[in-house]
Amino acid sequence: MKPTVGTWRTVGALLRKELLVELRTLESVPGMSLFAVSTFVVFHFALNRSSIEGDTASGILWVTLLFASILGINRLFVADAEQGGFDGFLLAPVDRSAMFLAKVLTLVAYLVALELVAVPAFALLLLGAPLGPALGNLTVTLLLGDIGVAVIGTLVAALAVRTRARDLLGPLLALPLLVPIVIGGARATAPSLSAAHASGAAARWLLTLGLYDLLFGLIAYALFDFLLED
Amino acid sequence: MAALQLERVARHYGEREALSDVSLTLQEGATLVVFGPNGAGKTTLLRVLATLLRPHAGTVAVLGAELPREAWAVRGRVGLLGHEPLLYRELTAQENLRFHARLHGVGEERVRELLEVLRLSARAAEPLRTLSRGLVQRVAVARAVLHDPELLLLDEPHSNLDPAAVELVAPLIGAASGRSRVICSHDPGGGLAEADLVLGLRGGRPALLRAAADVSVEEIGELYR
Repeated sequence: MKPTVGTWRTVGALLRKELLVELRTLESVPGMSLFAVSTFVVFHFALNRSSIEGDTASGILWVTLLFASILGINRLFVADAEQGGFDGFLLAPVDRSAMFLAKVLTLVAYLVALELVAVPAFALLLLGAPLGPALGNLTVTLLLGDIGVAVIGTLVAALAVRTRARDLLGPLLALPLLVPIVIGGARATAPSLSAAHASGAAARWLLTLGLYDLLFGLIAYALFDFLLED
Repeated sequence: MAALQLERVARHYGEREALSDVSLTLQEGATLVVFGPNGAGKTTLLRVLATLLRPHAGTVAVLGAELPREAWAVRGRVGLLGHEPLLYRELTAQENLRFHARLHGVGEERVRELLEVLRLSARAAEPLRTLSRGLVQRVAVARAVLHDPELLLLDEPHSNLDPAAVELVAPLIGAASGRSRVICSHDPGGGLAEADLVLGLRGGRPALLRAAADVSVEEIGELYR
């Protein structure tokens, strides 16, 4: 392929369009945030404990974020599939990988917005230890997790969107691939969410997360063009 | 150079043959009008020419580039106006056109010019979902010609347009545009008046292929019986 419009210029155009559509429809981020906050409220009452910490806190945070992210993944390509956005894009003299990059960045933006709501709600409703000392570790871990979720989510959403059972197929394909991210994220976060704010084995898990992101980034980048093909 | 050169082109969806044994040559600047009942393969043919579908047999050359091997050389030189406007309902006409302009490396000035020419400026800041189908079709025409394509692929381009709007879009997608064109039509009289070459499809196969001057409206009507 020999595109006549630069890849990053195309990514910029696509990203701008994605964010404009989301701002107009509010179909993804509010739903994801509401889901996460509701889940924390349910846990708050179901656990019948005044506070949680360590492994339990970390596990609940990451599993909740994982399921909330599925809502965004399922909607990622819906407007393109239903309103001819795929065809409009495929007719242009552009690098098709630009759509992959733009969708990954879009999903990362959605996840960061989700976490800006979900993490304070989590701290308020469930967390026993103060959040402040854990923020540095949590931010890095969440960002690495977001990149992995976005890469895998984009790949899976592009696969599922052209099928009739996309609402079912998306999560079925995504969840097994996302489990290592939840494990890595939860293990990396757990020490800093304990009362002692230990840093423990976080570095090892952060490295694992980074490698997993890189591996799936390369796989998805290589496969994405074929998913857009007829 | 021929705008189109097709040799025994076929395309199927699973077991169903959507297009079969289509061969033709269309000279640059000429207009091919494709007639045929619903499901005859007209839209499939347009999508193959637009590089959105791969031909499963035969050879297709569009603007001198062989498909699908050289599809990259065709993209950006073809304008497709299909049944779907290929526009986002939540974005305004201006935002939609700006988006497509960026994808084609076209400047903002061209967007303003087309909004003006198609008398859309007053409604350019309204989301597409609030516009009538006729106005959306005008925005779709603007999208299709935004990058000044050499070949226009038009699927019933005047659907939803009132007579005044048909006149408005004529310089952009009509014979006066000087572009090579492939038009799918259900209007024997109107379509024939636009055509240099006529292709009639039935069940995906060519039932009629002749210079427009040698085709009568009655013959085209026969395709639908």
